[in-house]
Amino acid sequence: MISFDFKYFKPSSVAETIEAYNGVHEQGEKALFISGGTEFITFARTNKIYTDAIIDSKGIPECNVLEMRDDNLVIGAAVSLNKITNSNLFPFLGATVKQIADHTSRNKITIGGNINSELIYKESILPLLLVDAKVKLAKGNDERAVLLNSVFNRKLNLSSGELLLQIIIDSSNIDLPYISLKRTKFSKVGYPVVSVAAILKDNRLRVAFSGVCGYPFRSDKIENIVNDSTIPVVNRIDQVMDNLPSSIVDDLQGSREYRAFVLKNVLLDVMEEMEMGE
Amino acid sequence: MNRHNGTSKAFIHLHVNGETKEVGVRNADTLLSTLREKLGLTGAKRSCENGDCGACTVLVNGEPSHSCLSLAVEVVNLPITTIEGLLDSPVREAFVDKWAIQCGFCTPGFIVNCHALLTNHPDANEEIVEEWLQSNICRCTGYQEIKEVIHSLLGSNNHSIKKTHPGLSK
Repeated sequence: MISFDFKYFKPSSVAETIEAYNGVHEQGEKALFISGGTEFITFARTNKIYTDAIIDSKGIPECNVLEMRDDNLVIGAAVSLNKITNSNLFPFLGATVKQIADHTSRNKITIGGNINSELIYKESILPLLLVDAKVKLAKGNDERAVLLNSVFNRKLNLSSGELLLQIIIDSSNIDLPYISLKRTKFSKVGYPVVSVAAILKDNRLRVAFSGVCGYPFRSDKIENIVNDSTIPVVNRIDQVMDNLPSSIVDDLQGSREYRAFVLKNVLLDVMEEMEMGE
Repeated sequence: MNRHNGTSKAFIHLHVNGETKEVGVRNADTLLSTLREKLGLTGAKRSCENGDCGACTVLVNGEPSHSCLSLAVEVVNLPITTIEGLLDSPVREAFVDKWAIQCGFCTPGFIVNCHALLTNHPDANEEIVEEWLQSNICRCTGYQEIKEVIHSLLGSNNHSIKKTHPGLSK
């Protein structure tokens, strides 16, 4: 049971969304946007989050788009993970999000919700970082499309009242060779000990990580290392371990040492699968 | 915009098992608690309340959903099917025939999920069956018998699976 009360708004347009947000804000109250709402419910039930109002984006047409438009794939923030996988419009993203939670949960978890999660994993974002996806954001009467990499640093940095509407992917990036590997502690469903996603573009490997540090990341320094074919693969992996952006997570899912061990092996699998040897 | 929900409580209409029910809820009420405590539909079980176990599974718009992870106000205007709406489902009968029941607590969630699986994938391969069944936990570990239920109905062209589904609109 959720112990606190809140107002619920389900707007049917961006304008109504902004109106609802401003109305709550003007009363000095806090409003949260939700799309799938699964994380909100679990956090609210355990009193890890509080809000005076929630604004449900599932009624906004722009947030439910999943289609090719000209040379771009457009994915609304309220599209469920299963719909993305089943559409097969972007197999790399489909394969990665298929590893999140369980099938029934993925009917409700949305791509926007996963990217904006308070948890450290946010695995949906790995393919999007690698293909230089753009995000369309709305605030007040303004809408803007920006590179995801420019607004994502450890988490999606949105300003107060700013709403993620859509994710836009250039069609030239959706059929590149890819690999997406997730390792969990013991069951097929669970948070990752390590999750690594990679694509090969212009003969260069791009790689992104989740579960390793306290946030998902892609690193130019690490990509330079993994692409240096003058160095033996095992040495490259050792260098990657020395150049992680922060310390490795150490928690109940896996100790620091165990995660490091798993990461090295996953990187070896990635390099072999993508034929990145000397 | 749904104007009724500018407050913390609302009277809403839920379409459950082919019937429309008016019910007063807090916006904070989950679909699970609304079904059980307001509508007396206790087939969906309260267990983890965290989307982990599948005991509370119902169909929302034909798709399996953890009712503990939905607010009742989120599913207004969507067809909902609970285990009580699947009384004539061949899946239910097959659970009995295959002895796919031990303590029975997880059974309603499994039947609802299996029903949706067979409706959406009447010729599902092993990978699809595995993927769907990972959403439900049986603490008695009766998984083998539950898989036998699925396999006994796969490819059987059992049209009664769809016909016995009043809340499903795909």
